[in-house]
Amino acid sequence: MRRAAHLVVPLVLVGVLALVPTLSLDLPFVFGGALDSPGTLGLLALCLVFAGVALTYDLLFGYTGLLSFGHALYFAIGVYVMAISLTKWEFPLWQAFALTAIVGILVPVVLGAISLRVGGIAFAMVTLAFAQAGQVLVQKNPDQLTGGEEGLGLNYEALPDFFVGVLNAKYLYWLALGYAAFVFVVVRLAVASSPGHVLQAIRENERRVEVIGLRPFGFKLMAFVLASFLATVGGVVWLIVLGTGASPQVTTASFTLTLLVMVVIGGAGTRYGALLGGFLYTLLDQRLGALAGSAQVQDLPNVIRTPLSEPLFILGTLFILLVFFVPGGLASLGRRVRLRRRQAGLQGAR
Amino acid sequence: MTSVATAPNLIEVRDLHVHLGESHVLQGVSFDVPEGGVTALLGRNGVGKTTTLRAMLGLVPRRGAVTLAGSETTRLATHEIVRRGIGYVPEDRDVFAGLTVDENLRLAERNGAGRYELVYELFPELRTRGGQRAGTLSGGQQQMVAIARALLNDNTVLLVDEPTKGLAPLLVTEVAAALERAAELATVLLVEQNLAVVERVARQVVVLDAGRVVHAGPASGLLGDRTRIQALLGVSGGGH
Amino acid sequence: MLLTITGLGLGAMYFLIASGLSLIYGLMGVLNFAHGAFLTVGAYATWWVSTHVGGGPGTQLLVGALAGIAVGAVLAALVELVLIRPLYRRPIEQVLVTVGLALVLTALVEAIWGFDARPFPVPPWLIDTTTIFGANIPNDRFLEIGVAAAVLVGLTAFLRYTRYGLIIRAGVENRAMVTALGIDVRKAFTLVFALGGMAAALAGILSGVYYGVVEPSRGTSLLIFAFIVVVIGGFGSIGGTAVAAVVVGLIQQYANYYASSGLGDLAVVLLLAIVLLLRPEGLSPKVAH
Repeated sequence: MRRAAHLVVPLVLVGVLALVPTLSLDLPFVFGGALDSPGTLGLLALCLVFAGVALTYDLLFGYTGLLSFGHALYFAIGVYVMAISLTKWEFPLWQAFALTAIVGILVPVVLGAISLRVGGIAFAMVTLAFAQAGQVLVQKNPDQLTGGEEGLGLNYEALPDFFVGVLNAKYLYWLALGYAAFVFVVVRLAVASSPGHVLQAIRENERRVEVIGLRPFGFKLMAFVLASFLATVGGVVWLIVLGTGASPQVTTASFTLTLLVMVVIGGAGTRYGALLGGFLYTLLDQRLGALAGSAQVQDLPNVIRTPLSEPLFILGTLFILLVFFVPGGLASLGRRVRLRRRQAGLQGAR
Repeated sequence: MTSVATAPNLIEVRDLHVHLGESHVLQGVSFDVPEGGVTALLGRNGVGKTTTLRAMLGLVPRRGAVTLAGSETTRLATHEIVRRGIGYVPEDRDVFAGLTVDENLRLAERNGAGRYELVYELFPELRTRGGQRAGTLSGGQQQMVAIARALLNDNTVLLVDEPTKGLAPLLVTEVAAALERAAELATVLLVEQNLAVVERVARQVVVLDAGRVVHAGPASGLLGDRTRIQALLGVSGGGH
Repeated sequence: MLLTITGLGLGAMYFLIASGLSLIYGLMGVLNFAHGAFLTVGAYATWWVSTHVGGGPGTQLLVGALAGIAVGAVLAALVELVLIRPLYRRPIEQVLVTVGLALVLTALVEAIWGFDARPFPVPPWLIDTTTIFGANIPNDRFLEIGVAAAVLVGLTAFLRYTRYGLIIRAGVENRAMVTALGIDVRKAFTLVFALGGMAAALAGILSGVYYGVVEPSRGTSLLIFAFIVVVIGGFGSIGGTAVAAVVVGLIQQYANYYASSGLGDLAVVLLLAIVLLLRPEGLSPKVAH
């Protein structure tokens, strides 16, 4: 019964989500416009992109137990290599993507092989170091390629017509949905596979895996490269969905930490947790800022209004509360409710 | 009717369970430590002797009940348990290598005072080597620091874990003498593999196997019985 | 000469931040991401108080600095008591909470005072330069080096000669054994956090003098380098942190100048990677958790 549910639920979910651009539904406060309006679709697309990217981070952190502080680097590779190929070197779309994909596989293979020589906090610091190097590289703007602090505008003529323009927002939405679904399927398959089981065993107790005769290094590297590559693809999708070009913000350690927050809010290592966390975080981040400017909030006393004007304040507080009281993330709430009910049922039966 | 057999038990351990990772290391350990003298905790390697001491101190999460002088200590934090009057000499000595001998001793002070005269009488070298960094001491000297730390305070109980491990025979004798002296001042629960030492100092023995107590009684009873020793401990009696 | 002194000035700031981080991780095993936020809050507290105090910039700075340091200490102690202590046996959640706190505090500062940089009260004699060996060196560098040196001496003395210093030194080595001696290490935890908060606030104040302004992102941008310094210098070792801070500051300055701007940062990052790969065990505190 559960196996069937696990197949059916995601399919139904994707189906429902795919229909959103056809719905002329208004959800006040949650969205600034009707569901099928370009603004809302653009927002939803962004949420879906980050849902997927958060899941790529969860593959490392929640499933394999690898705490990386440099995941932003691979997302940034997707963003910058694609942007540079399209805008500076004027590659056709598919060639640009192919180049990005190749870089997005080679770099994590090399950097992962180096970083995974150590574990724990040391690994986290090495990944941070490499991401910092990437950030510095982008800032330095070699050959005027990266645009430095100002970012790099995207030459939208390089994109196919249906990705450009306000009226085509729904295609961007479907692209983002496709990406999130793609990441979900790949991660599910990876986790359910036998290498995937080894990864989870590694997360629990690496020594025992060695005792069996397996070498954790190879498996961890596979997970690292897969997660990084998926993040790179996410960077490409983000670039297209956003349409405004590459920005150095995506190279920062703060960006990686944001991914960590998304995963923890949703629930690390759970089926839907990271997706939920990424989606919710992005939604709140974008909408809370708009809410703060709304008429109702402006009338509130300063003490309440000021913190609310910064979405990160609310998100950070929510995060802290969750870590304290619901460490399994939002995804674990369902489990807790079921557990409570079962306990209550047992008590009643006595 | 006052006989030693009905003297109150200083420590009572009841149904102690400890899980370390996946393994159920202590599976319901129960034993008594009568007041006075040395009770030896014996058993093969890995049966849970060190874990038992650590559980009594609250250094590992445990279930069960530990009572010291009539009041239960299971709910207390480690430092509170220790302050009830317990001195701990851990298996690997755990002296602070970066601190001097003096500092190691001073750290053990409670309420700013300690029985330094006693400690220096037992281990005169500690006075002369006071300024030396503990990390540069030999194994035997570190053992002295570890025991001295536990004796510095007016403890009623000493938990001592394999104090003669890795020491040369001459030092083993010294440590045994120190244990005898310590037993005059406090009740000692001693984990020890060296049966000669146990023979010399122990009044009672408790034997563990696979996380449970399999024998408890007077030392003389067990130690005279070679076959029993072989069966329970897997060694021929007589010590190393 | 200017490069060297500036490098030392930078190193001084890194040391102030890193010393707190190092002790906190060494003793408690907590990777305190909120440390940068302590810096920012301390700097802003100083700035805010200074704008409400009369007198010349020197007085404003002094009074503000006293306030800023106090705020840093109190904030850090509160954080430890309310957020860190309850999560005692959950190290991952402790780190996550500091990440969340960093976000919250920085967002709060941005919300109240905006993203733009605020001018910091700097007395003219600090902006002036002194000529040494033919180089014109801004005087604020000397202040930074002086303050850091004083803190270094003060901290080392504290660790060497006081009982709490003894407890902290022992706790960094083996926390479990310290509790087994009947000592309640939790008080030492709060103390270490408070000390770290003070030092971070000091670093924030000095950075205000160095850059002439304060901005909300200051804490985060300096925190990364502080982490690098702590890792290179070894957790829990004040002396090691000091040496590493000097090395990092100097390398950054020299590489930025002689190679090209930004390369210094790259060089430091590379140094971190090399150190980590050669000496990964140096990272785990010798604490038995």
